[in-house]
Parts: sequence; C-alpha cells; structure tokens
Amino acid sequence: MVPKQVVAIVVLAVLIITTFFVARFFLVPDSFGLTGHFRANAITAIAAQEPRYAGEEACSGCHPGIDELKIRAAHGPVRCEVCHGQARDHTLDPARHRPPHRTIPPGTCLRCHEHNATRPEDFAQIDSREHRPGIACLACHDPHEPEVERI
Amino acid sequence: MSDKRTGCSRRGFLRGLAGAGGLLTLWRGLADSEGSSASPKANGKGPEAARHVQYGMLIDLARCIGCGHCVQACKMENDVPHEPTTFRTWVERYVLKARHTVVVDSPNGGIDGFPGSVPAADMLRSFFVPKLCNHCERAPCVQVCPVGATFATPEGAVVVDREYCVGCRYCIQACPYGGRYFHPEYHVADKCTFCYHRVTRGLRPACVEVCPRKVRIFGDIADAGSPISRLLHRHPIQVLKPTLNTEPRVYYLNLDKEVR
Repeated sequence: MVPKQVVAIVVLAVLIITTFFVARFFLVPDSFGLTGHFRANAITAIAAQEPRYAGEEACSGCHPGIDELKIRAAHGPVRCEVCHGQARDHTLDPARHRPPHRTIPPGTCLRCHEHNATRPEDFAQIDSREHRPGIACLACHDPHEPEVERI
Repeated sequence: MSDKRTGCSRRGFLRGLAGAGGLLTLWRGLADSEGSSASPKANGKGPEAARHVQYGMLIDLARCIGCGHCVQACKMENDVPHEPTTFRTWVERYVLKARHTVVVDSPNGGIDGFPGSVPAADMLRSFFVPKLCNHCERAPCVQVCPVGATFATPEGAVVVDREYCVGCRYCIQACPYGGRYFHPEYHVADKCTFCYHRVTRGLRPACVEVCPRKVRIFGDIADAGSPISRLLHRHPIQVLKPTLNTEPRVYYLNLDKEVR
C-alpha cells in the first residue's frame, strides 16, 4: 500500500513538471537553441535586410571607361558611391532611378580636401580661402582624374 | 532503520534517488552527443566551425582623414536614426596638447566631417579614430543579455535579434566600447552588425565601401591568405582596451596609447 504522502508528492511533482514543459512549449520561440542560446531564425531575418549601397563592382560593369580612368589616378581608391551616393536602386533599374548625386553637390570635394590640422600631412589638402577662391573645383579638376588640370 | 508503516526504508529511497539521478545524467549525455552529431554547434571549436568564415576589420588610423563618409553611409544603409546619440559607427578626433592634456570630440559622430581645424599652434599631435562595435569573441553584451536576444553569428558578428529583445538595456551598460544604443523607434538595443546582410551577399560593409582612403579593411581572419590576415600578420596590431580580455575582432593599426 503506497502511503498518502508519497502519492501527494508524486502528483505534485508530476503537476510541476507538466506545467514547466507546457509553459516552456508556449514561451520558448521557434528555433531557439538550435545553434546556441538564441533564435536561429534571427540570423536569416538579419541577413534578409536589403542593401542600399551597390558596391563598386556593380558600377564598373556598365561604366568601364570611368573605372579605367579613375583607377590610374589619385582617386583610384575612392569608390563610386563615396561621391555619387548609394546606388543600388540605380543598378537594379537604371532607367527609373539615378544615383542621389549624379553630379556631385558643392562641398563634396572640400569635405575631404579642406585643410584640417588633424589630417595626415601627406594627404592633399587646400585652404579654400587661399586656393582660387570663388572658382568651382570642377572648373579645373576632373574628379575622376583630379591631378590632370584642364586649363 | 526501517519504517514498517510505509514499507520504504531510507536506504531504499536514497538508492532509488541515486539511480534516478544516474539515469538522468545518462539521458542528458546521450541527448548532447546526438545533438552535436546531428546539428553541429556553430560556435564550437570542432571541425564544423572551420567551415565558417570569420569576419574581422582592420582600421589604419594613420590614413583616416575624418571625412565622415563612413558614419553617413552606415546611417543610410541601416536606417540608424538621425539623432546625435545613435550611431553604429562614429569618428572621434583626438587632440594631444601640452602637459598631457587630451581633448576628444566627435561633433554629431563626425557625420558631417570635422569642419574647422584645431589651431595647429595649440596642439602637439592630432588624429582621427573611427569606432564601431568591436565584435568581441568574449562579448560582455552577449553574456549579460537575459533572454538570448544578442549573440554571435557563426561568422563571429555580434548581432541583436530585434524581435526577441525586450529592451532592458543591460547590454548597452555592459559594452565597454559604447558600441550600442537604444533604438528610439523599435525600443530595442541596436548596434553594428558588420553589415551582415551585405557581407553574406558578398558585398563590403557600407563603411568600408565608402571609405575614400581605404582606412577600413574587412575580411576573413580565418583564411590565412586573405588581405586582412596578411596585414594582421605583418604589422604591429592593437585592439581597444586589451586588458578587458574581450578579444575584439576590430583591430587597429597605428593606435595611440591615449585612445580609450
């Protein structure tokens, strides 16, 4: 004959364990713990975000001339979207979308090239108050090949 | 001593308990071994881990010109709110003056560059320091998350599960690098993901893409032949706050000791 206390404790234990597993079933989200202490599905969700910058390789396919000009010049390391802005829309549908800065807005050059004492000394810098004030940079410099002066 | 009334001796009870415990241990051991053979643990050190690329970034401070394109592109790429307190990456300007005075500023994270030079006469030395989440291998933010909403992907990028984060902000407090912020719209912690959505598609992170001086080098540090690995092997490299043993995946070249 099993004593009353033992029956009570077994029933209680079964109840607690069942409650735990039922609660766990409803509270723990799908894919949690499959590859670690996190939702494995979150990785897919994060990877699904749409890029906005296309990457230089996407540009050079259609604009090879610019790429060849640029790569030999001082702006070789400067990728297209630095000045022209995020262009993934443009690469997906070139007819409908233009890059945000098809012609570069004023101030683009000086953002990098205005003199700043913090910048490395070997980097090309000008003081815009002294270097041909009032004349647009593009009047003399081709941004794709900046060291060749047009005039 | 046996209890005639219940017919259950103390010795018998203890024996049963020990047996049950042993069975449980055996069952868990079996479950673990099955688990590891069927679905390899991504963060484990086994041969399965070797298949994954391991992301890392090298930042050469001697080349940074503080133009802020990286900050701007990061905000554009990742919909980071345009508030002066929310950044996934930002640029700091360090100015070393006489008598060991160090002045650090970062106007709006450097998103518009640093217009207005520091008077050259006033300083001994000055340089820019781009910062971002260090994607630590032993990340304090991952350790403190109470729900498992922040974790390292198999490739080593520390990310936030936006759907599962409860917004308790422990991770923001725990990060020694200030790499995290509280997203004012989604009410969750947010941070740099190494542009996980881009790098898994074979693109560069947005900040690397738009860096005009190639200050930031991104790549696979598990592949000894990759450009970043070769640079890491051949140059004296430092990380931020090495004494914390966080083992960052963001490495710095030409880092000054003043940088915190």
